[in-house]
Amino acid sequence: MDLNRRPRLATAWLGGCSGCHMSFLDLDERLIDLAAAADICYSPLMDIKEFPEAVDIALVEGAVANEDHLRDLRTIRARSKTLIAFGDCAVTGNVTAMRNLFPLENILEAAYGDPAVVRALSAPPDPVPRLLGRVLRLHDVVEVDWYLPGCPPSADSIFEIITAVLAGKKPPGGRKFGC
Amino acid sequence: MSVHTLEIDGRMVTALEGETILAAAEDAGIFIPKLCAVEGLSAPGACRLCMVEIAGQNKLRAACLTRAAEGMVVRTETSALREQRKLLVELLLAEGNHVCSVCVVNGYCELQSLAAALDVDHVRFTPRYPARTIDLSHERFGLDHNRCILCTRCVRACDEIEGAHTLDVAGRGRTARIITDLAEPWGHSESCTGCGKCVRTCPTGALFLKNKPAAEMKKDSGFIRQIIAARREKIWI
Ligand code: SF4
Ligand code: SF4
Repeated sequence: MDLNRRPRLATAWLGGCSGCHMSFLDLDERLIDLAAAADICYSPLMDIKEFPEAVDIALVEGAVANEDHLRDLRTIRARSKTLIAFGDCAVTGNVTAMRNLFPLENILEAAYGDPAVVRALSAPPDPVPRLLGRVLRLHDVVEVDWYLPGCPPSADSIFEIITAVLAGKKPPGGRKFGC
Repeated sequence: MSVHTLEIDGRMVTALEGETILAAAEDAGIFIPKLCAVEGLSAPGACRLCMVEIAGQNKLRAACLTRAAEGMVVRTETSALREQRKLLVELLLAEGNHVCSVCVVNGYCELQSLAAALDVDHVRFTPRYPARTIDLSHERFGLDHNRCILCTRCVRACDEIEGAHTLDVAGRGRTARIITDLAEPWGHSESCTGCGKCVRTCPTGALFLKNKPAAEMKKDSGFIRQIIAARREKIWI
């Protein structure tokens, strides 16, 4: 890490419920410490459209469920030094991947009931992204450096993993899926 | 009854004649991971998580099936054993449909706790997402095959403690599954007494009480030991 600048921290949101980000906000006053220790340069909590270059740590919530997620995750990986799979959907697929038990067409039929909508969604108009046939975990698509399970991970565990990675240390393990 | 002295993880431990390494270790407060062995039930040696190293033997041994012997030197926690256990837990997680966040035993599941204890923070294998069913035909109990790890604890509790033998395993390999009676819906079973022993013994959320919402079902297979002791001592409280 360049010692002359604060490390750059990004958080991203793919196919998840945003619960991991809510837990991130539960850092409460520790967000102030975090903002002092790192430059939070991109997040769904901020109004920035493009994932920036030269990110040191990226926390990625959610599974890869559509073509936008696929593209965004590859960009995030290419531009980030350390990528953390943030929460169960990113790590295991979790609830987002429960649809993998059924063919995509059946899911769309059950959700919309209208064959015309189902047809439209199999080749959707811009900017609606096409759903992938199967929901993927982050490490199915890119290399992941650290995994933080939990649905959602507790604020403490989020703080601990960021602090450890900032300090160049191995994050603590022993975290449960779910809970 | 003769007593053996052996060494487990550098500690001197005593075991009664015929006692397994697992029982001797547990008596001494040494934790060996396991998912299928339950004190008081027969041991099938199915889960392979309790494999240990014994000095002078070039094969790993299942602690639940290997008798403690005089002078044995056992190691339960080496980096190779740890790696093997992580692999086994990852295979179990990849094999079924385990979604902890929406499970009735979230927070109390033995598979979930073991994964955390072994630092399994992700699964290296591609999940199978098998098409499995849920049997909700019984009035009070449910059987969700998605969460079943085929440890057969339920089968043994039902057969060996309740004496009903309602449950068994049908099929082979990846089609293996728990059945009730002759693979009929549980609710139609004539042999099931409705005792609930299977539900309490199941380490995962595969067997559950129907009226419990997510994350509210605690289980404890320790009751088997109590029943056996009560029968032996003829003390019924
Ligand atoms: S409720 Fe009792 S009798 Fe019925 S299947 Fe379970 S253990 Fe067997
Ligand atoms: S239902 Fe539960 S106790 Fe029975 S084999 Fe499956 S995981 Fe084991």
